[in-house]
Amino acid sequence: MERVEILENVKAVFIDVLDNEDIELSDETTAKDVDDWDSLNHIQLIVGIEKKFKIRFTSQEIQSWKNVGEMLNAIQAKL
Amino acid sequence: MITSYTFSHLKKNLKKDFSSLRRLKVALLGDTATQFLVTAIRGLGFERGFDLDIWEADFNQIERQVYDPTSELYHFEPQIIIVFQSTHKLLTKYGKLKPQLYESLANTEMDNIGNLIGNINSKLQAKIIYYNYPEINDSVFGNYASKTPASFLFQLRKLSYLLMEYASKTPGFFICDIADIQNQVGKENMFKPSIYINTEMVLNMDVLPAVAAKTVDIIAAINGQFKKCLILDLDNTVWGGIIGDDGLENIAIGTLGIGKAFTEFQYWAKKLKNRGVILAVCSKNTENIAKEPFEKHPDMVLHLDDIAVFVANWENKVDNIRHIQRVLNIGFDSMVFLDDNPFERNMVREAIPELTVPELPVDPAEYLEYLYPLNLFETASFSEADAERTQQYQLAATRQAVMNEFKNEEEFLKSLEMVSLVEPFNKFNTPRVAQLSQRSNQFNLRTVRYTEQDIELINKADDYFTFTFTLEDKFGDNGLICIIVLKVLSLSTLFIETWLMSCRVLKRGMEEFVLNTITDFAKKEGYQYLKGEYLPTAKNEMVRHHYKNLGFKEDNGYFLLEVEKYQNKTCYISAK
Repeated sequence: MERVEILENVKAVFIDVLDNEDIELSDETTAKDVDDWDSLNHIQLIVGIEKKFKIRFTSQEIQSWKNVGEMLNAIQAKL
Repeated sequence: MITSYTFSHLKKNLKKDFSSLRRLKVALLGDTATQFLVTAIRGLGFERGFDLDIWEADFNQIERQVYDPTSELYHFEPQIIIVFQSTHKLLTKYGKLKPQLYESLANTEMDNIGNLIGNINSKLQAKIIYYNYPEINDSVFGNYASKTPASFLFQLRKLSYLLMEYASKTPGFFICDIADIQNQVGKENMFKPSIYINTEMVLNMDVLPAVAAKTVDIIAAINGQFKKCLILDLDNTVWGGIIGDDGLENIAIGTLGIGKAFTEFQYWAKKLKNRGVILAVCSKNTENIAKEPFEKHPDMVLHLDDIAVFVANWENKVDNIRHIQRVLNIGFDSMVFLDDNPFERNMVREAIPELTVPELPVDPAEYLEYLYPLNLFETASFSEADAERTQQYQLAATRQAVMNEFKNEEEFLKSLEMVSLVEPFNKFNTPRVAQLSQRSNQFNLRTVRYTEQDIELINKADDYFTFTFTLEDKFGDNGLICIIVLKVLSLSTLFIETWLMSCRVLKRGMEEFVLNTITDFAKKEGYQYLKGEYLPTAKNEMVRHHYKNLGFKEDNGYFLLEVEKYQNKTCYISAK
C-alpha cells in the first residue's frame, strides 16, 4: 500500500472517531494540532486503525509516536 | 442484549437530544479505568429511551466513596449504583496473599463485598448492579486447579457462586453477568492486553456495547420495561413443515433430524411460560388443524393449556396480533413475536413498531443459539405466582365468554361470587407486591416502583399503611391484584402514595371495593381526608379521571375525599 493511501485511510479513521470532517493530517501533525486528540481518544484511534489495516500494535508502540509520520511508519512496517 | 451498535455509534449518541428521555441518576464505581464504559452506557441508554446521568468515581476509589459518609457518591444521591471490580484486580490481590491464605480469597472477598453493599444500603435507597467476574485462568495448576481450593480459578468460581447466593438473598442487588459476555464473544475479544497496559481498561472497545446493553437491560427491567408475552407462529417456527399440507404424521418434531431443533425450541418456550411469560399463538391456519398437533402429537412439548391466547385463521397477522394485545391488555412494547417468515415479520414490524420482532436464522437448527444472546426476557423479579399467569389469562377469556350470556353486567358480576382477601404487606406477599409494582403501567396512579428492599423499609416505617387485595371468583383465583400504599401526611390526612391494579380485573367493581375498604380504615383511624394524585405517564391515561369518577374533589392538582361524608359504593365483592 502506498504511503498516500495509508494516510488517507488513517485520516478516515480520525474523521470517524473524532466526528470531525475537517481533519487534515500530514507527517508532521501532532496530537496538539488536532482538536480532541487526547489520550482517551488516542486509544479509540489505535483500535480503529488496527481494524482498518488488520494489524496489531504492541503496547509500547501505542504511546511511542511523536507525530503522524511515525505512526504511518509503524503501520507501513506491518503491511 | 448482545447488540449490533458499535462503540463509535454509542459515542456519537452523546451529542443527541436527551431532553424527552427518562432521566435516572447512575453512579459508576470501578477499580479500573471506566471512561469508555460510561460513554457506552450513556449512549446505549439513549437507544432505550433513558437519559442516564452518570457520575463516575475517580479511578480505584470504591472503598473511599462508600465508607466516607461525606463522599461525592452520597452527595450525588444516585438511584442506581454500578460496581465494577475486575478479575484482574482480584488476581493481583490473590498474588499478594501469603500462600496459606490463597484458599480464603473467595470468602474474604465476599465479606468485603457484603460490607460494601451493606454500607451503601444503610445510606442510600439505590439499586445496585454488580458486575460479576469473567474468568482468567492463570494456568498455574492446569486442569488440577478444579481440584485445588488454593488455585485462583477455584477461588474465582467459588466467588461467582457466593455472589449469586448473596444476590438471591439481597433485594435491590442485581448481578450483571458480564462473564456470560465473555462466554459469548471469547476472551480474546473481551480483553485487549495492549489497551490494558496503556490505560488500565479491562474491557475491549468492541465488547463495550454488549456490556452496556446488559447493564441497561437491568436498569430497564428495574424500571418496569420488560417483555411479558411471546407470540409464536406455528409452521416452521414451533414445528417443521406445514401442518395443513404435510399432516399430523409428517411435521418435523421429536428426536429425529431437524425435529430435534423444534423440540428444543419448544422446551425453551415452555420454560419461559413456567417463568411467567405469557405464550400466545398467531398462525395462518385453519383453527382445528392448527390445534391438532397440540392435542394429538406425542412429541409436542407445548400443549393447549400452555397457550393463553390461540389465534389461528386466515386474517392478516397484524390484525391478529392486535386482537391478542386487546385480550391480554398489555402494551405492544412488552410483547415479542417470533415467525420464520421474513415477509410476515416485516409486515408486522412495519405496522406495529413498538413490538419486538427478532430476525430468525434461515436454519431452524440455529434458532436458539441466535435467540439466547438477545436476552429478550430480562426481569427484575420472580415469584411463585408467575407460573400461574397463563391460567389466569385463560380464565379471563372464559369469563368473557360467560359474560356474553348475561343480560346485564350486574347480574353477571353477582354470578361470579367474588371474594377478596385484604392484607397488609407481609413477608409472604412481598415478592408479588414488588413484582406487581414493577409490572403495572396502565392502572397505576403514580407509578412508584417498589423493590423488596423498599417494601421492607415501608413495613418498618410507622407513617405508612399498606393494603393488598386478592380476587377470587367461581372460575378461579386471580391472586394478588391490587396494592394501596397510604402515607400519613398529617393528623387529618392520608395520602394515597400508590394505587395500582392489575388490568386483568378491570370492570369487576374492584375499584369500589378498594375505596370502601380504605375509607372505612381511614374513618376508624380517625382521619378526615384521603388525598390522591394522578401522575401521567405514557401508559396510564386510563386512570386520568380515576379519582373524579370515584367522587374525589379536585384541589390544587390533587384529589380530596372527605371520609365522613362517604357512602359505601355498591359492589359485588365480599371480604374473605
